Amino acid sequence: MIDKTVRDMAAAMEGVKDGSTVLVGGFGAAGQPDELIEGLIEQGATDLTIVANNAGTGRTGLARLMELGRVRKIICSFPRSAGSVVFEELYKAGKLELEIVPQGTLAERMRAAGAGIPAFFTPTAAGTKLGQGKESRDFGGRAHVMELALPGDVALVEAWEADRWGNLTYRRSGRNFNPVMAMAAATTIVQAMHLVDLGAIEGERVVTPGIFVNRVIQITRGAPWA
Amino acid sequence: MEPLSRTQMAARVAKDIPEGWYVNLGIGIPTLVADHVPPEREVVLHSENGILGMGPAPEKGAEDWWLINAGKQPVTLHPGGSYFHHADSFAMIRGGHIDLCVLGAFEVAANGDIANWATSENDTAPAVGGAMDLAAGAKRVWVMMEHTTKDGRPKLVEACSYPLTAMRAVSRIYTNLAVLEVTEAGFQVLDLAPGVTMEHLRGVTAAPLRDRVEA
Repeated sequence: MIDKTVRDMAAAMEGVKDGSTVLVGGFGAAGQPDELIEGLIEQGATDLTIVANNAGTGRTGLARLMELGRVRKIICSFPRSAGSVVFEELYKAGKLELEIVPQGTLAERMRAAGAGIPAFFTPTAAGTKLGQGKESRDFGGRAHVMELALPGDVALVEAWEADRWGNLTYRRSGRNFNPVMAMAAATTIVQAMHLVDLGAIEGERVVTPGIFVNRVIQITRGAPWA
Repeated sequence: MEPLSRTQMAARVAKDIPEGWYVNLGIGIPTLVADHVPPEREVVLHSENGILGMGPAPEKGAEDWWLINAGKQPVTLHPGGSYFHHADSFAMIRGGHIDLCVLGAFEVAANGDIANWATSENDTAPAVGGAMDLAAGAKRVWVMMEHTTKDGRPKLVEACSYPLTAMRAVSRIYTNLAVLEVTEAGFQVLDLAPGVTMEHLRGVTAAPLRDRVEA
């Protein structure tokens, strides 16, 4: 019997190695796997490269992981946002590497990784500072830059429903980067609000098929997420 | 001379958006445009974080934190709206499926270059978000901005001095003083705010302007 559910957070986080590239889902607070991030903090892996849209806010979650000195590099599209205080401090102090990636390129680099495409060309960022130093090529008379796939060792994903095969649904705009990250990582770890019987998520409703998922832990969250 | 208020600018932009267009409104002033599209005209709003058919902000107390826009504010979903993941959302943008993107900008050049993400070459950690994807990928990019900076410097220029967001991306600019089209021959004035003269407009624009009568 296939059963991807794990009993506790220690089992969910088992084997995450130092130096890993960790893809963290979410856009703003929606779809952000807060409990898994806490689990990673507890687990202890360090020298991490974090891929996320934002560079954390406040002093909890990603910001806490960074503040504890466990993050070597962050790859994101929007590092500075209201409350990104820890990022600002560490970055100014030279304690954090930063790679800024246009949001669509960030999503596509992970999709490409999940689809076995090592690199692709896009007009996004051509002729800009973020395109500098990248291989470029004209298609149809327009400049394009080459972007590399961005695979993860681990993806942390928040889902709404999950079954024991790892089939997932998401809640409204909480979907965002989660399905793309799920397909781009060697080990995809999911926190799901609802753990349901196999078959309860009808085939048409499955957003992320279980083939992209390795571990599922049920995390029941209260307001405003219930 | 009566420069347009932000609300009037938003109404002016909304007037030019036809029924059936899929439209992405950038963070900031462009979001005001949504309030001026008449309800009987079906325009489908796109949000980068995976929403088509985005509706207005919910009433106070009815916020759903699973449903936020690209500016991370709570929004609603119109009947017929849909959710999708980031790669699909940006495929809509980068694949040329979005009819129009309205963006704010620091500068727009006479050839359509746009600078709207970083204010200095020395800023090492500017937030780009989806700006470069939108500017490079939407079928049309319109810019909505004040004609000059707060201290009176022109924002319509021969060549951008701030770091570029995209090359030759902008087709039209709506300012508090005028509506202009980017053409092969540079900025073409389409419309002037009440009481604004070409002479005045030329004085606050750092690039040649073609008059309406020269069209």
